[in-house]
Amino acid sequence: MSSVLYDVPGPKARRVSLIGSIIGVIVIGGLLVLAVMTLAQQGIFDPKRWAVFQLPEVWALIAAGIGATLAAAAVAAVIAFPLGLLLCLMRISDNAWVRVPTRIVLEFLRGMPVVLMMLFVLLVFATSSFVAVVAGLVLYNSAIFAEIIRAGVQSLPKGQREAGLAIGLTSFQSRLTVELPQAIRRMLPSLVAQLVVLLKDTSLGYIVAYGELLRAVQVMADFLGPQYLFPVFFVAAAIYIAIDLAVSRLAIWLERRGSKRAAGGVAHVPVAGIPVAK
Amino acid sequence: MDVIIENLPQYWDGFLRTLFLSLVSGIIALIFGTVLAAARVSPVAALRGFSMTYVEIVRNTPLTIAFFFAAVVLPRLGVTFQQFEVAAIIALSAYTSAFIAEAVRSGVNSVPVGQAEAARSIGMKFSQVLTLIILPQALRTVIPPLINILIALVKNSSVAGAFYVLELFGQGKQLANANGDAVMWVLVGVAFFYLLITIPLGYLASVVERKVAIAR
Repeated sequence: MSSVLYDVPGPKARRVSLIGSIIGVIVIGGLLVLAVMTLAQQGIFDPKRWAVFQLPEVWALIAAGIGATLAAAAVAAVIAFPLGLLLCLMRISDNAWVRVPTRIVLEFLRGMPVVLMMLFVLLVFATSSFVAVVAGLVLYNSAIFAEIIRAGVQSLPKGQREAGLAIGLTSFQSRLTVELPQAIRRMLPSLVAQLVVLLKDTSLGYIVAYGELLRAVQVMADFLGPQYLFPVFFVAAAIYIAIDLAVSRLAIWLERRGSKRAAGGVAHVPVAGIPVAK
Repeated sequence: MDVIIENLPQYWDGFLRTLFLSLVSGIIALIFGTVLAAARVSPVAALRGFSMTYVEIVRNTPLTIAFFFAAVVLPRLGVTFQQFEVAAIIALSAYTSAFIAEAVRSGVNSVPVGQAEAARSIGMKFSQVLTLIILPQALRTVIPPLINILIALVKNSSVAGAFYVLELFGQGKQLANANGDAVMWVLVGVAFFYLLITIPLGYLASVVERKVAIAR
């Protein structure tokens, strides 16, 4: 492992680094042991507490929670993507009467917390919490999708649009058949990364009492007793993180693959605080 | 409309608390995130591994889980707080620092190779290369993404409202319960106060992007 930031470590530096690493591992390991011992003192590792996982009902609730999480994410993604495409087309329209209001709406949507939109839909339109979660996710993520695709369109060489117009396509046809397909392909990693964000944000449904995974944990802890909170939370958090990690890996894989295949490679555009992994 | 004006003190209180949460968490996250980024490029394998693992896991953890852990699980494990603001700050800064670390690292990668080579060739050691040469330039190029992360932080602080902190979202929830007939205006008021922070910050990011940041 060599880096431009430092000389290739010699024997002395390697020894220092090794000793430092060992000390670091010992310190972190010590902290972990301390944490585990604190937990053990509280009886967290009492087999009785983990025995809840023998109950099929517990797994049924967890499965229902995962199902609710994935359902909200899937429905929201399926609606948000076409809507984002539409918003993108409006945002880059030649007609200022379309472009400017769209821009204001997008700024507005991007500037608000997702959970506030969920609560707004829930209370003002008196919908079910599922609809509120999906609506909140759709509103926010379609705005982000629109911005990502717009960044993709703008990253295309100018000649693409010029050529499209030169062969007699209308502006709209050129956008639809020439620019958007390339833009989406280039931005695929960013779009998938945003999907991870969308998936993560379904956990906000907890706040508007949607029965997703975390809410299922809470329900179980209330139902079975607080001593089961930790085991159930631990398992649910692990499942949540595992799902998100898997989708993130997909984004990274797409990026690697895409940079070999897509014309001009894929582009990195950090949007709204979601820096794309490089 | 009246409901907003009547309850202006509550809004203002929530607004200040949101600002406070964002500011404190933002500063902690900036420092911790930069340290994480430095660890990520350091010659010590253990530091690299730690930083990589931390960033990878935290970035893929839903914020609500981080909050749930800090506000509900930690107290049951014996870590108690006088105020729930502390739990919110722990969750927000731990979460945000992972994103800051990624941004700063991409900034470090964007500094031309020659800079580090020149620094090393005049005999600087790693800590000097990083703190005197690389980081000042890297931080400068990543100012716009950092501002975007801070915008996300302001919006993320709304989750604290669901975990016993009466910031803007928490106040909004209370007001919405108290004024069942004017829920819409109550929430529009909350949205207004959020936009009051996020839109100027977004504008700042785009100005900085165009003018201050050096083009490479």
